[in-house]
Amino acid sequence: MNLLLFQPLAFIASVYMLAQEGGSAEKLVFNPAVLIASLYVFALAAFLGYQVISRVPPLLHTPLMSATNAISGISLIGSLVIAGSTYENHQTLAELLGCAAVTSAMINVTGGFLITDRMLKMFRKKEVVKVGEKK
Amino acid sequence: MNAHPAYFLEATYLVASCLFVMGLKGLSHPDTARRGMIMAAAGMCAALLGTLFHPDIHHYLYIAIGLVIGSAIGIPMAMVPMTAMPQRTALSHAFGALAASMVGLAEYVIHGSNLGPFKMGALGLEVMLGSLTVTGSLIAAAKLQEMMRGTPIQFKGQQVLNLALFISMITLFILWLINPATAGFFYGMAACAFLFGVLLVIPIGAADMPVVMSLLNSYAGLSSAATGFVLSNNVLIIAGTLDGFSGFILSILMCKAMNRSITNVLFGGFGAVTGTDQGAAGTMRELSLDDVAVQLAYANQVVFVPGYGMATAQAQHAVRELGNLLEERGVSVKYGIHPVAGRMPGHMNVLLAEANVPYSSLYEMDQINPELPATDVAVVIGANDVVNPDARDNPKSPIAGMPIIEVDRAKSVVVLKRGKGKGFSGLENPLFFKSVTGMLYGDAKSSLTNLTQAVQKV
Repeated sequence: MNLLLFQPLAFIASVYMLAQEGGSAEKLVFNPAVLIASLYVFALAAFLGYQVISRVPPLLHTPLMSATNAISGISLIGSLVIAGSTYENHQTLAELLGCAAVTSAMINVTGGFLITDRMLKMFRKKEVVKVGEKK
Repeated sequence: MNAHPAYFLEATYLVASCLFVMGLKGLSHPDTARRGMIMAAAGMCAALLGTLFHPDIHHYLYIAIGLVIGSAIGIPMAMVPMTAMPQRTALSHAFGALAASMVGLAEYVIHGSNLGPFKMGALGLEVMLGSLTVTGSLIAAAKLQEMMRGTPIQFKGQQVLNLALFISMITLFILWLINPATAGFFYGMAACAFLFGVLLVIPIGAADMPVVMSLLNSYAGLSSAATGFVLSNNVLIIAGTLDGFSGFILSILMCKAMNRSITNVLFGGFGAVTGTDQGAAGTMRELSLDDVAVQLAYANQVVFVPGYGMATAQAQHAVRELGNLLEERGVSVKYGIHPVAGRMPGHMNVLLAEANVPYSSLYEMDQINPELPATDVAVVIGANDVVNPDARDNPKSPIAGMPIIEVDRAKSVVVLKRGKGKGFSGLENPLFFKSVTGMLYGDAKSSLTNLTQAVQKV
């Protein structure tokens, strides 16, 4: 369990340490304001996630896992930009990688949401089941 | 709007983020869960549509190809039988992590060392976590699909090799951050991560899969969150973090349910342990079908305790039929579910829900244990370690301290078991030798179907 706690902490720590070295004028580089904002978002999302997910009953742990899987298919939006942009060099390679990323993210998005819904449809209350059985 | 396409884009992302959180909040109760997931799916659509109008996107051919192929694979993957959920989920962890790694790799190919140290660090973490999750999840899926043997694969010097690999992976990462122009360090790190993922999962036994699944879920999520840092994209950070923390919480819960530390699960090679138990003595009492049928038919309360054996025998529908019949006769029927029963968190709940068991009849371990002394018959279906009283009574047992479903407190116990051999973990189960316990050998599905017929005749 200590090791588990260590992972997100190490993640935050390394992000912080790397930020210390930043600040070059390069356009692509994080500017400090954006970085701080991103860290806020990360920290708040972590707290929110902890609060929301602790309330999910063990009954729904499998749907939870497939739902978060589908949601993390959001890396789709990063993939889309890579697959559709124009670059000065490495155009083909970037497009191929982007295309592969779009494919794998889309698998999770469609498959994840569909199977989660399929599973959740099966969780029924007692009354509903009895009505169905009489048919 | 025309002047500021970025506002439109950010607005869709903000909406998506809120919908994701509300969607997960819906999962706190089965009644609101479906509506929640529809909200989350709507959020995903909003983000997807918004991104299609991203100012940097100039051509749509590769996007269209990816979306079509992805849907063509994703939709059939949503149609797998419920018994295949664990391997399906492991595969989707692999796809999620693959997407994140590909984005990271592409960003590096395109921008090289111009990203600056912070983004490079996030990118490195993204590719490292992503790559090890890809191979780790594939191995987990292969084990769950039984394409590989499920028992731990161990060899001499395994721990040393793992440690060496881990250290070289981190070293290459640091070297790459110091010399960002040397692509070799980056690709070396990725290669180490791929190999590390394989080596991390092969020594883990199939019974420990719930922990591994949760952990890989967490890594896949954190990898997406790191992508968010690389692309300065908040919705990616939020969705990735939610996924990462969900996996993290599930890992903790699964470890607690086994009374083991995560280190022990990952490096303990559990299931390869032999000869540490005391070899419970005595004889097992074999029951006839009719005996069990009479017991069940005249009971006031029956508790079914399913385990992975129910999934392998596909016996969930047969359980439900027997349960129905007993309920019609006025028997109170409940299902006691241990958090680590099966191969992923919540596995048994989904199988029983598939078989039309109402969720109000599914009880968590802490809810069912106080009910057991008042239970006439506890029926154990393909479960072993989760009902092993050694965990409670024998401090020397390898599973000592693990919370169990205390079926031995019931007035009588019927164990449905394929044969007389030891269970998956190789541990002897003293429950089978207790005087309250009777064994009913045979395939769980046909035993249950025969039982249903026998109860009808009583």
